[in-house]
Amino acid sequence: MKIHEYQAKQILAAYGVPTLRSVLCRTADEAEAAARELGGGTVVVKAQVHAGGRGKAGGVKLAHDPAQARDAAARILGMDLVTHQTGPQGVKVRAVLVEAGCRIARELYVGIALDRARGLPVLMACAEGGVEIEEVAARDPSAILKEAFRPDEGLRAFQARRIAFRLGLSGKSVQHATKLLMALARAYVDKDASLAEINPLVVTDEGTLVALDAKIDFDDNGLFRHPDVAALVDRAEEDPLEARAKALELSYIALDGNVGCMVNGAGLAMATMDVIQHHGGMPANFLDVGGGASLEKVTEAFRIILEDPSVKAILVNIFGGIMRCDVIAEGVVAAARGVGLSVPLVVRLEGTNVEKGRAILAESGIALTVASDMTDAAAKVVAAARGE
Amino acid sequence: MSILVDAGSRVLVQGLTGSTGSFHARQCREYGTQVVAGVTPGKGGTVHDDVPVFDTVADAVRETGANVSLIFVPPPFAADAVMECADAGVPLVVCITEGIPALDEVRIRLALQGSGTRMIGPNCPGIITPGACKIGIMPGYIHRPGRVGVVSRSGTLTYEAVWQLTSRGIGQSTCIGIGGDPVIGTNFVDALGLFLADPGTDAVVLIGEIGGSAEEDAARFYAESGSKKPVAAFVAGATAPPGKRMGHAGAIIAGGKGTASEKKAALRAAGIDVAESPADMGVTLARMLVARGLAQASAVGL
Repeated sequence: MKIHEYQAKQILAAYGVPTLRSVLCRTADEAEAAARELGGGTVVVKAQVHAGGRGKAGGVKLAHDPAQARDAAARILGMDLVTHQTGPQGVKVRAVLVEAGCRIARELYVGIALDRARGLPVLMACAEGGVEIEEVAARDPSAILKEAFRPDEGLRAFQARRIAFRLGLSGKSVQHATKLLMALARAYVDKDASLAEINPLVVTDEGTLVALDAKIDFDDNGLFRHPDVAALVDRAEEDPLEARAKALELSYIALDGNVGCMVNGAGLAMATMDVIQHHGGMPANFLDVGGGASLEKVTEAFRIILEDPSVKAILVNIFGGIMRCDVIAEGVVAAARGVGLSVPLVVRLEGTNVEKGRAILAESGIALTVASDMTDAAAKVVAAARGE
Repeated sequence: MSILVDAGSRVLVQGLTGSTGSFHARQCREYGTQVVAGVTPGKGGTVHDDVPVFDTVADAVRETGANVSLIFVPPPFAADAVMECADAGVPLVVCITEGIPALDEVRIRLALQGSGTRMIGPNCPGIITPGACKIGIMPGYIHRPGRVGVVSRSGTLTYEAVWQLTSRGIGQSTCIGIGGDPVIGTNFVDALGLFLADPGTDAVVLIGEIGGSAEEDAARFYAESGSKKPVAAFVAGATAPPGKRMGHAGAIIAGGKGTASEKKAALRAAGIDVAESPADMGVTLARMLVARGLAQASAVGL
């Protein structure tokens, strides 16, 4: 789960990470008042959207007085911000953060993520801040400093210090950094984050440190023990179809193609997308109905797929294991009847009672094509999507 | 021959009395698995579906000689359930539970280090030695006893691969679903190492997916092992967009890393044949078996 910058900063501030004074604003009037409240001097007006890359896309503006802050907010609020993380349609800006300025001596990067290979959370730091860390990693992996730590022990002071010295900090900045990094690690572990990032982390002219931007992503599997975090969700930022699917425990991700897919199991669902592309088609979505593939889930899955106007044909690929194919076939038929299918449907069933299942499909009276295996299914659905 | 589990495996089920645990424990018994105990705290001394239930794993091990635990307990309690097995000295834990927080998986990994307990999973279909025992949620009948090992990060995609093998008359020594989560107990390298060392396994099918570097690690391990056993692979998620989690918590392309094409290239460079289409997993292995003189073409549906 993702949250906004202002929310991430509130969490980090509670752990002792220094942040600048700021006010969340939903109108240009509020932004002007906020700039005045922050002293009337230079402020930064920042779009609050979940996607990164806001600065380049025009979602972050400097304002030297309250009137400029008002103008900046008026331009940013309501715009469809298009960044490299949003897709071409962009995302509508509903709020801006008006934040006090600060005197920047240096910009650094610090972040914590799970290192799967080591099986431990790892603090990453880089002397080059404000840039895409992935780009640095690709260009010069040795520029990224790392310290792994155990969740229940946290980041040790000596580890944090080691990073601070290697970043070239000195004097009291080292103590500030040590405290800040240990606080970041505590927040990461306490809240079951999957990513906690401060980029840039600014060293001010006075040698103090401040989190100029902050990002926290949370492990969805950990949300059950953090109702406070779960409450921070911004439904407006979610794809409405993905949100609906999630509520039914369907795993759905919208994609750019025109072949709708319904599959049981994540691996088979990915493989189904692959086989469609292998046959010259493009999947419109990833959709995992789960191992069970119940009537309710299959029905809702059809509805969700059909709401995507680019879908020209649907492939149902179910490997019936514990759940028998005849039961699944009945579900597919009932669901297809219930939703009034408007595009060609190709069904591939395999597994327990497959003959019975195929017979149910064939005798249903519903216009559908039964496929014998994955290759056959992909060829048929790609042809159907082309109108062949 | 097989790896990790055989007809002598004695299974205890943590969460036996819940609906999922009950259902799958019955399925396992019908397949012939010796399910000797259940563990549900507070229900010790009762009997569930003719299986004695204990309050603790230690009690169950002492009374029944169980040497494998199959875990169905819900995510908030799963890490504790695994650690209880390590404490009781259970050598093998198969954790089916889906949705365990990643940091709990880290805690499990640390707790199992040096403990003598191996975990398969979590969030996996389990392990099966066809014809001998099934410890998991996979449909038993799609398997056939034989000499090909299968290891996979996925569930239903594993069934697909196994079905393709069985349909060609190619049986399996043992099939392991290692799970799709970021931190797991037994990885590709571990499983591949066991299969390469197993005299009952002639060849291996490895089914990977996007995210992480487990496939690359397996490729390096295979190349360095110098093994002559053929390995065929498939990597799911070639069409997955970066930054989107494809169902499995681990299946995500992050920062341009973990793509299917990188993984396929690494596997091929190690001498592993990679199927481009998931429909070709079986035929890819069949061709390798024939090319290496391990099977007649007619015997493997070619």
